[in-house]
Amino acid sequence: MSLREKLQNGKFVVTAEIGPAKGVDIQEFNENAELLKGRVDAVNCTDQQSAVMRLGSLAACHLLKQKGVEPVFQMTCRDRNRIALQSDLLNAYVMGVENVLCLTGDYVTLGDHPDAKPVFDLDSVSLLHAARKLEQGKDLADKELKGTPKFFLGACVTPGADPVEPQLIKMERKVKAGAQFFQTQAIYEPNTFEAFMKEAKKFGVPVLVGIVVLRSAAMAKFMNRNVAGIHVPDALIDEMDQAENKLQKGIEIAARLINEMKGMCQGTHIMAIGLESKVPAIIDAAKL
Amino acid sequence: MIISELKPFPEIVSYLDGDKKIFIVGCKGCAEVCQTGDEPQVLEMKQKLEQEGKTITGYCVIDFLCDKALVKTRLFPHEDEIDAADSLLVMTCGIGVQATAAVVNKLVHPAANTINVGGTRGEWRGSERCRECGDCVLDLTGGICPLTACTKWLINGPCGGTKDGKCEVEPDVRECGWHLIYERLKKLGRLDKMQALPMVKNYAKMQPPKELRSTIMWALEQQETKV
Repeated sequence: MSLREKLQNGKFVVTAEIGPAKGVDIQEFNENAELLKGRVDAVNCTDQQSAVMRLGSLAACHLLKQKGVEPVFQMTCRDRNRIALQSDLLNAYVMGVENVLCLTGDYVTLGDHPDAKPVFDLDSVSLLHAARKLEQGKDLADKELKGTPKFFLGACVTPGADPVEPQLIKMERKVKAGAQFFQTQAIYEPNTFEAFMKEAKKFGVPVLVGIVVLRSAAMAKFMNRNVAGIHVPDALIDEMDQAENKLQKGIEIAARLINEMKGMCQGTHIMAIGLESKVPAIIDAAKL
Repeated sequence: MIISELKPFPEIVSYLDGDKKIFIVGCKGCAEVCQTGDEPQVLEMKQKLEQEGKTITGYCVIDFLCDKALVKTRLFPHEDEIDAADSLLVMTCGIGVQATAAVVNKLVHPAANTINVGGTRGEWRGSERCRECGDCVLDLTGGICPLTACTKWLINGPCGGTKDGKCEVEPDVRECGWHLIYERLKKLGRLDKMQALPMVKNYAKMQPPKELRSTIMWALEQQETKV
């Protein structure tokens, strides 16, 4: 069963993500893919994550397909104009990639090529709109396609944003543009997520709660200072600080958060960021 | 010199949807030369809107609408007329619309598109900018331009990079444009405008028209022969 079918059938789904290598050494990528195979329902391939140039998302999705792992093709609008983005959507379809997560993308100056020209011809909403149009047999210029693709379109939302209303307004626009599922930014406060879901429920689209695995108290503090929309509460920071085995504690907290929030949503998206090999341990600890 | 041209009249009327009473602001700067916001155009607009069943509570033609301090001073005597209006129609470039929005607590609608002249720029104050995109969206964004206020030029709402109202790209110097737009529309009770955003931007309209694609002097001469 595909991710789409599982969500349609009401199964609580688990997705993870792998960031492709900076370079062409795909050994670690393949090892992580093997570890995740059969344990998660789909794996996201990030698109030049944090605006750092690396192996592309579509090639990584192709590698996952070869291994029998269902990929989620992450697409950002930072590096390609509407011609290239639409073409890559067609490329994905002919390579058997159905799931596409449509994102705006981090700004170029946050990455390792700050001299690059940012594109942002489209954004997350208009990329969803473009994908939906392709499915209807036409491109953004209203030109007919020879053969039409079919996608399962995803988008992102930040439940911890303050205020959250602009996020909800944009979420509604994403749904109208074609979003069929959401993977959220990381959230560490179940109460905040509950309040968010109370509003988001009305859109009738499955939401996969985002989990970023904590590695240390310092990492949590760093995210609080620098990552928009993420807030790790002091209690969790203290817990990490006092833990002797940080890795074990990070896994335990991730599993606990999933269990606290799984009744509120339709799945979870585990972003391990370097700890991909520990995702099965999180799933075990959460008894999913 | 900033070149503007009036939007199609039906588009202007669509902005005014439920608004019955309108105050019109014109401009004697570039908009006078372009014949988009001088007194004759303002009076013609007044008449056309009255034919559409609108009440014009008053109007004011200001020397340079891009000068926020001047706009505030000149609009002051019209305070009652502005208070009586549901919203304001501003007949000039995108900078003038934003300058007006910055000094009144009402929704402002642009009557014109600002045309790109490929490098020529007028003088403007730091906080009111216009990319001369040729397809002004200030009606939908509370008079704050998303192309200039948002680092990524997003036209569909904020990305996930808003932190404490600041843009994560340059949090020390830059507010999140979409946070400003959201706060402004919320204050005006018009968050519904965000659902009407255009989805895909037509960047072809951002190319300078053929007759303006040259030097400043050439552009001005072309403009003069037109007038």
